[in-house]
Amino acid sequence: MDPLKRIADFQIDVLKEVGNIGAGHAATALSKMLDKPVDMKVPLVNILHFEQIAESLGGDEEVVIAIFLRVVGEAPGNMFFILSHQSAKKLLSQMAGIESVDNTLFSDMEMSALQEIGNILVGSYLSSLADFTHLNFSPTVPAMAIDMAGAVLSYGLIQFGQMGDHALLIDTKFLEGEHEVEGHFFFIPDPESFEKIFVSLGVPLE
Amino acid sequence: MMVDQFVKVGMADLKVANYKDAILKTTGLGSCVGLALFDPYTGIAGMAHVMLPHSEIAREGKLNVAKYADTAVPELVKQMTALGAGQRRLIAKMAGGAQMFAFSGSDTMRIGPRNVEMVKKLLNQLNIPLLGEDTGANFGRTIEFYNSTGKLLIRSVLQGVKEL
Repeated sequence: MDPLKRIADFQIDVLKEVGNIGAGHAATALSKMLDKPVDMKVPLVNILHFEQIAESLGGDEEVVIAIFLRVVGEAPGNMFFILSHQSAKKLLSQMAGIESVDNTLFSDMEMSALQEIGNILVGSYLSSLADFTHLNFSPTVPAMAIDMAGAVLSYGLIQFGQMGDHALLIDTKFLEGEHEVEGHFFFIPDPESFEKIFVSLGVPLE
Repeated sequence: MMVDQFVKVGMADLKVANYKDAILKTTGLGSCVGLALFDPYTGIAGMAHVMLPHSEIAREGKLNVAKYADTAVPELVKQMTALGAGQRRLIAKMAGGAQMFAFSGSDTMRIGPRNVEMVKKLLNQLNIPLLGEDTGANFGRTIEFYNSTGKLLIRSVLQGVKEL
């Protein structure tokens, strides 16, 4: 049976808190790296149709920078950290002090800096989730892609594809300074993982 | 009758079109495969955006046949022949099946190449010739199939536009 149909409103709220804590730690890590305050938005937790997930990033064909990793352990899932092209350039110039020569492409130097920033952020997101849920989440080595949102995100939906056409998404946005840098964390737990996450948080599925 | 020129095929979806000006389109193919079938004689075309190779792994209540290569290909042929296309005249073109992220190991991560293999196997079983493909590699694609010319247009971020 599709576990998504059994999730109640208060359990969605619990997942929001999970997203809040994860992204909060990541924002703190980013704030330290940038030496600037980083704000965060209240997370969105939604059960979305596959088509709608890419829409939240501006559509299937919007070019995004995606750091992807597979989370293994007790509650496996997929994790994305996604930046728009513009946000990535700003993050690089503000943080790494890399002024880009070409505004449309990323140099090797920029790519490896982005990969590193992404690694640190998803790492801190996951370790706070592990602390909070007392579940063991181990990240695999993150991989990066710069491509159409639809193409990269569909990769994270394969496990859900076997269950139905919807996925549960915990999306947290953070902003640096005057709304200059906008990043998204997408945590997409596998269908089998919900039960474990909810049990460990003390709100088991009915 | 006024009809939309573009027929949008979503993820895990399939559509057929039987009018001359139709353009079947699917966006953001990563590891998914976009398959276009065409009967040049009647001008009937169909497109599927498949996500997974095999429906055996499905655990959903009501099977979405468009999602799996092994069920989508026969369904597409069925819908096209119902509109009057001749199965023996069908030709195929496809794109997608990329490996978006560079990982080693895990079978799930090889989903793109597996989707491509499965679609080819099905086409072979149904004796539908594959006239062109742009598959694999590590980039996303958007495809458009033009009923008027039988051409498949493939767009990507860095590789530009390609025509099959």
